[in-house]
Amino acid sequence: MATISIKDITKSYGKTEVIHGVSLDVADGEFIVIVGPSGCGKSTLLRMVAGLERITGGTIDIGGRVVNELEPRERDIAMVFQNYALYPHMSVFDNMAYGLKIAGQSKAEIKQRVDKAAAMLQIEPYLERKPRALSGGQRQRVAMGRALVRQPAVFLFDEPLSNLDAKLRVQMRLEIKQMQRAVGTTALYVTHDQVEAMTLADRLVVMNGGVAEQIDTPMAVYERPATRFVAGFIGSPAMNILQGSVTDKHFALEGGGTLALEDAGYAEKGRPILFGVRPEHLRLVPAADAVLNLGVTAIETLGADTLAHGKLAGANGVGGELVARLPGSARLSVGDTLPLAIEPGMTHLFDAESGRRL
Amino acid sequence: MEKRVTFDNRLLPYLLLTPQLAVTIVFFFWPAGQALYQSLLLPDPFGLSARFVWFSNFEYLFNDRYYLQSFATTAVFTGFVTLTSMSVALLLAVLADQVIKGAGAYKTLLIWPYAVAPAVAGVMWLFMFQPSIGVLAFYMKAMGFNWNPVLNGSHAMTLVIAAAAWKQISYNFLFFLAGLQAIPKSLIEAAAIDGAGKWHRFRTIIFPLLSPTTFFLLVVNIVYAFFETFGIIHTMTAGGPGQSTTILVYKVFSDGFVGQDLGSSAAQSVILMVVVGVLTVIQFRYIERRVHY
Repeated sequence: MATISIKDITKSYGKTEVIHGVSLDVADGEFIVIVGPSGCGKSTLLRMVAGLERITGGTIDIGGRVVNELEPRERDIAMVFQNYALYPHMSVFDNMAYGLKIAGQSKAEIKQRVDKAAAMLQIEPYLERKPRALSGGQRQRVAMGRALVRQPAVFLFDEPLSNLDAKLRVQMRLEIKQMQRAVGTTALYVTHDQVEAMTLADRLVVMNGGVAEQIDTPMAVYERPATRFVAGFIGSPAMNILQGSVTDKHFALEGGGTLALEDAGYAEKGRPILFGVRPEHLRLVPAADAVLNLGVTAIETLGADTLAHGKLAGANGVGGELVARLPGSARLSVGDTLPLAIEPGMTHLFDAESGRRL
Repeated sequence: MEKRVTFDNRLLPYLLLTPQLAVTIVFFFWPAGQALYQSLLLPDPFGLSARFVWFSNFEYLFNDRYYLQSFATTAVFTGFVTLTSMSVALLLAVLADQVIKGAGAYKTLLIWPYAVAPAVAGVMWLFMFQPSIGVLAFYMKAMGFNWNPVLNGSHAMTLVIAAAAWKQISYNFLFFLAGLQAIPKSLIEAAAIDGAGKWHRFRTIIFPLLSPTTFFLLVVNIVYAFFETFGIIHTMTAGGPGQSTTILVYKVFSDGFVGQDLGSSAAQSVILMVVVGVLTVIQFRYIERRVHY
């Protein structure tokens, strides 16, 4: 168990810098999820913590020890890979015992530790099998078991669930969380799946283009996204973002149409801004109370919810598209005009140029 | 689902098979049959008549001290050629696999020797190590080593082994490199995180995962050393000095075409065919089982 302290980490391949100074402090036992689109540098960051990539600038400190120049094996970490990376010529037992044998543990100690981990992960019946005789979910568990038996200071997960089918992924997500809680080991977890990120994380690191855009708890990231990117990335369906400027008590869209705003006060008039509202924060109201009117162009029925896609009434040309998440009981049809209101306090304003939250 | 081609024309499939069958029959079954038949004959010295002698050619061979000696020579030669060419190739492949800058150039240079014909390779090595004019022989002598492959059987053997192995290194290198590159990088990384040092990773992960390649190369190299090294032996030592580098395939040639003992030569070819057949069966049946993971 250990803390991790990442300070101003940069990574360059030749002249191209792919990570531009990320800093992060991880408390002991914390579960940190690094999330972002592909190519944002999240895996590279993890691999630098693991010691599989050289660190170009900055320092990484695990448990009070700067590890920049240490080999992976000297860092007291364990990693679960996307493709599991099980040794195909060894049995499940040998796969899990590999690191312990190298560490020079006694046979009895190895057996006891492997058995304990196998019991925890419910893979006891497969200990003598080769990895190729296991299903994807079982392989995933063996990979986790291999990390677990080493009792490392830090767990590193590199998109461990992305090779599993949807149902198994949900199940393994819960198991990973439970396992991490049970052993209380600090964990860094990389994923591109925002649902995985939200459900697993104590704190989220949202990365984009080699920069950590926001580091905060999942709820804080959801409620107060720091940038336009974070707003669009976290939450499904994505937040509606409209471009325009503030006029007196109104938000005027670039393409025409206005929204009544009660809390637009903190953006100076005339300044180009981005206006964001999550689909789930729009609700149907009597026409007289409507803040905006949505001309429905498509409907997605999900059962519990209905997603109404449409265009803001009065908006012409590009922009003005909105999605509203309405109760499943709402009976809608294409061509309807829906009078909608925004839940109080649920609007997000961003600077049009920098994308920063206002 | 089974993928099977069906022909409407009943003749067409046979027609399509004909070229391959013709080549196999003309260049393998026919000569092999001839060898089998001739191994039972004893022709007169002028080749005008032949007497059917049953298995006395074989009987004679197995009582021939020189023939039995040739078996031992072949075993030593094949063993060392296979071991040397494979281990050096593996070492080079592991090193080349780690090179990032100029990897293409290294690979090309390492593969080049394969394009050299056996006889040419033999002559090249012969010149370098020729006791009176060879460049390397000169330095060896200068260092006080009494190098003389023309008179010393062990020196001659070392020389042909070196030349034969050198030629095969490129081929082995190519396969080992492909094998190494087929091992997922994450496996090596996982082992590194598990605490395995370079050598331990190689011994416990990389080498076991290379075993299908190693096994394949073992078969290919043994067959190479048995048969395809004729040109090297012929140009370098012609089997000498004495019989010290006369491997079985060279003895077939020298007894038949130099010694004009065609019956014995044919019998030797038959024995060689059987030996190679048995060798291959043993390898596939007993060794292959252990290489799959």
